Parts: sequence; structure tokens; C-alpha cells
Amino acid sequence: MTPPSALETARRVRVGEVPAHRPLEEALARAREADSGSRPIHAFLSLSDPDRAQEAGVSQDDGRGSFPLAGVPVAVKDNLCTLDLPTTCASRFLEGYRSPYEATVVRRLRAAGGRVVGKTNLDEFGMGSSTENSAFGPTRNPRDPSRVPGGSSGGSAAAVAAGIAPCALGSDTGGSVRQPAALCGVVGVKPTYGRVSRYGLVAFASSLDQVGTFGASVADAALLLEAISGHDPRDSTSARLPAPDLVGHLEDGVAGKVVGIPDEYVPDTLDPEIRARIDEASRHLAAAGARIRRVSLPHTRYAVPTYYVLATAEASSNLARYDGVRFGVRSPEARATQEVYEASRSRGFGPEVVRRIILGTFGLSAGYHDQYYGRAQRVRALIARDFRRVWADGVDFLLTPTSPTPAFPLGERSDDPVSMYLSDIFTVTANLAGIPAVSVPAGSTHGLPCGAQLLSPAWHEAPLLAAARTLERSLGGEQ
Amino acid sequence: MEAVIGLEIHVQLRTREKLFCADVPEFGADPNTRVCPVCLGLPGALPVLNREAVELAMRAALGFGCTIHRRSVFERKNYFYPDLPKGYQISQFEEPLATDGLLEVRMGDDSPETFRVRIRRMHLEEDAGKSIHDRVPDRTAVDLNRTGTPLVEMVSEPDLRSPAQVRAYLDQVKRILEYLDVSDCNMEEGSLRVDANVSIRPRGSGELRTKTELKNLNSFSGVERALEVEIARQMALVAAGDRVRHETLLWDERRQTVRPMRSKEDSQDYRYFPDPDLPPVLVSAAWIEEVRHSLPELPEARRTRFMEVYGLPAYDAGVLTARRPLADFYEAVVQAHAGGDAKEAANWVMGPVLALANTSGEEVESLGLEPEGLAELLTLVSDGRVNRRAGRTILERMVASGSGGAGAAEAIMEAEGLSQISDGGRIQGWVEEVLAAHPDEVTRFRGGERRLQGFFMGEVMKRSRGKADPGEVARILGIRLKGDAPS
Repeated sequence: MTPPSALETARRVRVGEVPAHRPLEEALARAREADSGSRPIHAFLSLSDPDRAQEAGVSQDDGRGSFPLAGVPVAVKDNLCTLDLPTTCASRFLEGYRSPYEATVVRRLRAAGGRVVGKTNLDEFGMGSSTENSAFGPTRNPRDPSRVPGGSSGGSAAAVAAGIAPCALGSDTGGSVRQPAALCGVVGVKPTYGRVSRYGLVAFASSLDQVGTFGASVADAALLLEAISGHDPRDSTSARLPAPDLVGHLEDGVAGKVVGIPDEYVPDTLDPEIRARIDEASRHLAAAGARIRRVSLPHTRYAVPTYYVLATAEASSNLARYDGVRFGVRSPEARATQEVYEASRSRGFGPEVVRRIILGTFGLSAGYHDQYYGRAQRVRALIARDFRRVWADGVDFLLTPTSPTPAFPLGERSDDPVSMYLSDIFTVTANLAGIPAVSVPAGSTHGLPCGAQLLSPAWHEAPLLAAARTLERSLGGEQ
Repeated sequence: MEAVIGLEIHVQLRTREKLFCADVPEFGADPNTRVCPVCLGLPGALPVLNREAVELAMRAALGFGCTIHRRSVFERKNYFYPDLPKGYQISQFEEPLATDGLLEVRMGDDSPETFRVRIRRMHLEEDAGKSIHDRVPDRTAVDLNRTGTPLVEMVSEPDLRSPAQVRAYLDQVKRILEYLDVSDCNMEEGSLRVDANVSIRPRGSGELRTKTELKNLNSFSGVERALEVEIARQMALVAAGDRVRHETLLWDERRQTVRPMRSKEDSQDYRYFPDPDLPPVLVSAAWIEEVRHSLPELPEARRTRFMEVYGLPAYDAGVLTARRPLADFYEAVVQAHAGGDAKEAANWVMGPVLALANTSGEEVESLGLEPEGLAELLTLVSDGRVNRRAGRTILERMVASGSGGAGAAEAIMEAEGLSQISDGGRIQGWVEEVLAAHPDEVTRFRGGERRLQGFFMGEVMKRSRGKADPGEVARILGIRLKGDAPS
């Protein structure tokens, strides 16, 4: 059951072929259907009440293009604050938590005419690569329900892959949009840091977090990204730039562009099937007029440890507000202040969150601060410089695998955090450098979806998505 | 032995809105009514820097001669406390807004003795909320209205040597902050908070020994007393062959003693790191210059000018420049009383005007007395139309009636018939009456009891109901008493 694309849905609603509420109702029906079998997908933690969702804006065409998402159902990761649905971050700590305000990206998608289908499952607070670290149970990969959808935005990726919604919002701190997009066979975009407001995105690692979009096609991911982009005075790290025209440049192609393939991303140890998909993708880009070049990003091998030191350090501070004093879990038996903290946090946080808070606290501690946090900051600067040198050398895009493996079976890596952390090996560098990246379906490996990742210089989302569109077209995706 | 003291002063800036959100703080508002997702630290909320706070902090820093850094960085100071909603305080650490200030402090208003205190740094940070322990039995209540209010922390070098110097320094700091108009400087409401570091060492030695930190200092005199107690405690320890331990002590105002804070709270590792939600604060050279040019004349400069331009004694200049509104009032009176005697104006402002303010518990500028009104009164006196005594009466009426503006003095003079009588004939009549009524005193005066001059003056003034020109009375009295004097 493939629903119409977001572009097509919005067109039909605007011209009055379809009532504005109908696409949402159909999406809700598909969501319930997906969870009805013996192996429920469980993409959603909560679903919208269509009567209430209808209140958000009219969707008739006013001739000014005011409602680019008219009637379009959008799945929203449950770490983005919404007024009408709980915002849990898949954490016991925030079970039932209602935000008194709405995230900027949610307000913008509603203002564009979009309809929130529901809040999607994730690894608790975005910490994980499989969506198994959810306090409310894992999400299954719609392409193979015995396998994980990737993570942390696994619910959003699954919602799109299952055809429930044509597009979805996620957040990407170290690959949390791109990796599940690859594992579920959909498109996932992480924009430039600062392109999209983080106001109302529950922080995991503030200097790395960025809201991203999923689409069944590059066009749908681009359409949603356009609607949520642009400066937000409530986020001091959001750039003072207008929302870019992405959809209008999708068919620009790659003629004359230089595509670099970094040696460090196609090591000898890489799964040969994945290597074959990347080789095929590069041939398609070359056929479309791009020049392919081997390049080197020498500091790549430090990226995963650098990422985990920084992300956990920031997380240890960002998650300090979950203290049981003002909201969320408050252990009833705790009396003294210290007991309130200890009991509430012990009850509220899952093991991976606890592990990362401990790691991050350690990395910032007196005596270790410079050795871990300080050094990681310096390496981060070197990783960003690697990219700048490649761009300065005339390279327009980089082509890499998104994930070193396809979707793995549920439970396979649950007890091995390091192998789980290595899932992010090709994705964390874009977050460390703040540059945009997109994962596009690039065929299958071992009978499972495989994703190709394209990266570009900061603020180059429009040409980046045009390159992604070129790949999509030549790989037989959306025509 | 001598004491070595450094102070950390937290100054609440009088911005309209909080440091990182748009809430408007108000002292005494109902608990938890001046809050929003940002200062409550709700999931997903983000801070946005208030530029007004940066400007006020720059004003303060420039007022103390600091160098403003073109780039400064907000960091997170991580610790758990119920009134700290995010679990960290946004402050500045490695790269503060300003450093390297210097303050010349005078020991008293007319003291020629000054000493220098170096200001190590001034940085911006957000205030925490308040934990209230006595509202609900066995529980701690939390009020987050104050959370996120902008503070400047001003750290001095350990350049102070005695509690008296500390007091003089604090008075001077407060005076300058008031001149700069950056803070309410109200210790009771917590808009000025002081912590002290103190150690002792042999007099003249350059070393820095183990210090203790004093907290819970709720008034300037409390700071002074706490330091006296703590210095005495350290002296006694050392005299007994013991050593001073590094610890944080709380001043107990009621018991007039210090007691150690729980060591758990003392040995914190704050795990500072740059706040990734806030880009570095960049201030342009032009902005710094703009703020520098907007600074008012500061108290010490004004004091010197008052001495040079108005010919005031050091004491008068010190009193009149203690508060900027008082100095402004005085200068406005002098301006309006063009050609008048500036010292005479100072006498009036420091004498009867300040006395009236003290009696009514008001500040001079809020008495309802306008500088023009007072200047007109001074003109009436200097022109001889009223005498000083009637002038005081008119001043009291002006303040009491709340009409202290232009024209008021003359109107009251007319209405109350207080204008001075200089008519020699009428004065002569009162003099004759008085001499006739007190023949004994006349005899005693002529017998050499010259101090009776005052008695005769008083009697004549009484008969004139205070309106006679005292100079004329004295002149006529002199002639009459001398005229009949035996040779």
C-alpha cells in the first residue's frame, strides 16, 4: 500500500480534489494496520486525534503557495515538543509529559498545512542506533520485521518505509536520520548545523543535534525540509538565512560536478556488497556528467571516539534537568534532596542513557577534562578542516556508504555497546563538521536496503539534494 | 599579622527582561509566576542572550576601569540544586567579558587616605532561584522567579587589608554602581551580594596563605563584622600553633559567629565547558566606545570637580557626591541660582534639606522639592527679602505642601507674611520696646555682660515674629546699647 507522495497529496488538497483531513485519516488507518499483525512495526508512541489536528490551519490554496504541505501527513519523532501529544523521548522519565509549548519545526510544518500523524519511537533521548533503547519497546524494520530499523529515529524511518506517511521529522546527532533511512530504504537528510531551529528539540548533544527529514523520495524529504528551515530567533545557533529553495533545484543534476570518494570510507574491510553498491552509485553519477575522484580525509579514524566523548559530555549536562524536581518521574519514597535525584534518575533512565551520562561526566571531570573533552574538541576541528581542504580542492560532494552493515536482527547488538557505536562510523563526521548529508537508497545488499551517503559543504543543501535526486533516478527510485 | 581579603560581589543588573528569556523579574511577585519554558529549563527550551544585559555589564566593567574583551564565552557550571532548574548555571569562566580593573578607594568622605584595589574580572551569569526552607514544614519550597536574572560577578584581587578597608571598598563600589545606573544595589532584596575570601600572614610578607571563604553576608556591616570574627579566629588558630583549613564558612548573623558549610557542597567539580547553545559573545570596538562615551562622571571625579569649581571643602564635596541624584540636585540648584554662592547652596542642601529628607525617610530628590524652587528661596535670602530663619520655615512649608517648584517660595512668603522687615523705623520701635521691658538686662549688658546681645536679638526677632532683618536689628541694637553706655 503506497500512499501518494507529499507533493501529490498537497496538490490534490490545494485544488480541492481531496478534503484536507482525508490524508491524515488514511495515514492513521495505515498506522493502526501496521501495528495490528503478530509482528507490529510499532513506529508510533502516540497517534494524533484527527479532530484536534484539524484545528491547525486551513489548507486551501491561497495562490501564494502558503500551504506547501497542505494536508500532508507527517510523522514526528517523539523528541520534538508538541502541544496536543505527549513528548516522551521514549524515556520512562518523561512518560506522559506534556510540553506547554511546541517546537519551532512542528509549528512551521503545521503552518505550512502539514498534519502531525503521531509521535514516533526512538532510542531513549536519541541515544542508540537501533531504536531498541526505547522504554516503550522496539520498532521493527518494515522491510524485515525481524530486524531493527536503525536509530535513533527508527520510528520515523519505519513510518515512511511502511507507507504510513510520505515524510517524517527526525533528529540527527551522529547519524540518527541517515542510518535508519539507509536501513529502512528511504531518504534521510541531515541539514547544515544551524539550518533548522532546535527550539523544542529535546537536546541530546546540542552542538551536534540537528532536525532532519525523511521522505519516501528525495522530493518529499526536500519539501518538508524547506518548510521547516530558516532562522528562528529562539535558537541562538540557528543561522540568519532564509529557507532555501530545494524543490526548485531538484532536477539540476550533477553535470560538471566533482564527486570525491574518501578512501577512509571504503576500507578494505568494507562489506564487498556495500562496496559494489557505492561503485554502482559512482558510475551513475559519472554517467550523469560528474567527475569522480579519490580523496582522503585523514582524521576520519578518530571520528567515532571524538564523537562519543563530545556527545556524552554534552548529554551529561543536557540531561541534568531531569532531576525529579519540576516534571517527569519523581520517586515517591525519596525524602532528602539527594535521594530525589538518585531515585528519580535511577527509575527514569534506561541503561544506555545512564552509561552515556557516566561517560560524559567522566570526560568533563577535573583531571580528565583536557585529556578527553579538550582533546576531542581539538580533533573535531581537524576533522572539520579535512572537509574544508577537500572542498577547497574543488570537490563538490563526497560519496560514501551510510552504514557499514544492513539492518541487523533485533537483539543482536543490544549487549555490545561498542559494536553499536560503530554503526555510526560513516555518519558522525558530518555532525562533527556541521555539514549537510543525505542518505539515498542505493539498491540492496544481502536482500536488505543499502544507503549511499552524499555530503556537501555547509549551506549547499540545494545542489546536494539535486545530486541525491540524480542517484535516486538512476537507481530506479522515484521517477 | 595582617589580613588579606578579596571580595566576590554579585550585582543584579536592572534589565527589563531576564538574561536568556523574555520574563520580566519583579521582587516580591507570587512564587513561580515570572517563569517560562526557558528559565524553567523545560525539555527543548533554548537560551537567547539579552543584549541589554551585555550593555549594562559593559557599563559596569568600564566604570571600574576594566578592559572589555571583544570575545567572551558562556560556559555551563554543572551542579545539582533544587533551585537550579537546568542542573547547570550559565556563566563565564575561561573567557570573561572583562578583566583588569582598578579602583581607587577613599577611607571616608573627607579622608585624604586612599588605597587601590585591583579588579581581576567581571563576568556575566544567570542567577539561580530561591530555596525556601521555612514555608512548608519538613520540605523545601522552590521559587524560580529569580532564575535567569542577569548578574555581574565582580572579583577583586586580594588587595584589602582590614574590615574597615572592605567597608570603604564596598561603599565605593555601591556608589559607582549607582552612578552607572546598572543595578538597584539593594542588599535586602539580594540585588547586591557579597562573598569574602580571607587569610592572614605576617605583616608586609608577600605570601598568600590558606584562605577561607565567607558566605551568607547579608549587609555591609555584616561583612565587616563577619570578617572581624573570622580574622580573630584565624589569628587565634595560628597563635595556638594550629593551621587554617581551606573551607567555606557561613556567617551566622544572630549568633555573630561563623560555621563551616557541609564539606560535600564545598568540594564541587563544576565540569565547566562552553555552552553549545550560545555562540561566543562578540562586541565591536564601536559598541565599547559607544558605551564608554555614555558613562556618567563618576563619584571621585565629581568630588574633585565640586571642590575645584564650586570651592567646596572636601567634606561637603564628599557628602554631596555620595549619591548621584543628590549631586545632580545640588548642581541643578547651583545652576538655577546663577551668580549665587555655591557654598551657601551646599549649606542649605546638606543642612535643612538633608535634615528634612532624613526626618521623612525620603531621598532629597523625592521630597517634591525642585532645584528651581530651592534656588528661588536662596535668592530671596541672598536678596534680603527673607531672613534665614524665615527661609527655613518657607522650605518646610514647600516640602510639607508638596509644592516645591518655581514660584512656591515667594508665594509662601507672601501668604504667610514672612518677608523680611528691613524698615529701620519699625525695627527701632521693637528695639525700644525690648530695652524698655528689660532694664535689668540693659544694665548688666552695659556692665560688660556682652553675651546678652543674643538675648536682645532674640527678643526683637520675637516681636517682629521672625521677620526683622537680623543685620539691621544688630546694627540698631548696637547703636542703642552703645549710645546710652556710660563712658
